[in-house]
Amino acid sequence: MVIVRISGTGQFEIDDAELKQLDTLDTKLTEALNAGDEDAFHRYLHEMIQSVLENGTPLPHDRVEPSQAILPPEDMSLEEARRFCTDEGLLEPLPA
Amino acid sequence: MSLLGRMNTILQAKASKVLDKAENPNETLDYSYERQLKLLQDVKRGLADLVTSKRRLQLQRDQLQQNLTRLDDQARQALGSNREDLARMALQRKAGIQQQLSSLDTQIQGLETQQQKLTDAEQRLQTKVETFRTTKEAIKAQYTASTAQVKISEAATGISEEMADVGLAVQRAQDKTEQMQARAAALDELTETGALEDLSGSGSDDIDRQLGHLASGTDLDRQLADLKAQLGTTEQKKLEE
Repeated sequence: MVIVRISGTGQFEIDDAELKQLDTLDTKLTEALNAGDEDAFHRYLHEMIQSVLENGTPLPHDRVEPSQAILPPEDMSLEEARRFCTDEGLLEPLPA
Repeated sequence: MSLLGRMNTILQAKASKVLDKAENPNETLDYSYERQLKLLQDVKRGLADLVTSKRRLQLQRDQLQQNLTRLDDQARQALGSNREDLARMALQRKAGIQQQLSSLDTQIQGLETQQQKLTDAEQRLQTKVETFRTTKEAIKAQYTASTAQVKISEAATGISEEMADVGLAVQRAQDKTEQMQARAAALDELTETGALEDLSGSGSDDIDRQLGHLASGTDLDRQLADLKAQLGTTEQKKLEE
């Protein structure tokens, strides 16, 4: 089992096969992002998030562990994702 | 790099940079805990801003709804006075306002979703911060140089990802709040300057004025008719005398 996070929603435990499936979708998602295909971008992102929500188990709040993979929030726009991939300064550094 | 890989880099890497600089493990733990408490305050502030922004949009929605009722009344009044042109004007403005209303509803709905997510994030972080505090005290109590660094690193990595993610959620909520505030301000300005009235909205004044003219016109006619009637009677009496 591995831990993944849906940004803004929380952490889930999924099995390894599910993670592989996410990897495949991530490739398509990234292609859509690079191609500027907004429809495909939202479709794949939605599919990934639904898959985690349906097949994963929410991690109890009192377990404090890092995630294997982090999915963007579902309402992230293509434009925002693009800024995310280029702008190092988007997030203020947070000390541990 | 893939988008997921990029998310990991952003949310996980920055914490480790700070960890690397740490010299005194106990200080690192305490400092981290302080940051966590501060972040919780940021979440609360972000939530408060979000709610304020939502209330403002809700007030604007109420105002537009009142305008709708008023335009309905005017259309009815105009039709009653056989002024279909005025009634048509009122109904056209009503359609414009209805468009604004439905767009406002979508915005308010969006803010509500954001508010729910941030509330959940706050609760999640609260629990994790509490867990971290317990772990931190345990590490301090059992402190030996060889084990402390590893344990601190474990505890800190887990919480730092959570903090980065909550930080991101707060930042996104703030962006959204700012957008909404700008929108609300623009709508206020449009209503004040009357630009919205011309465009689509509540420029009811000229309809009111015309309806007013209509009313006073009718009144004038009636008064004239009354006067004529009175004069008629007087002249009739004179003839009879």
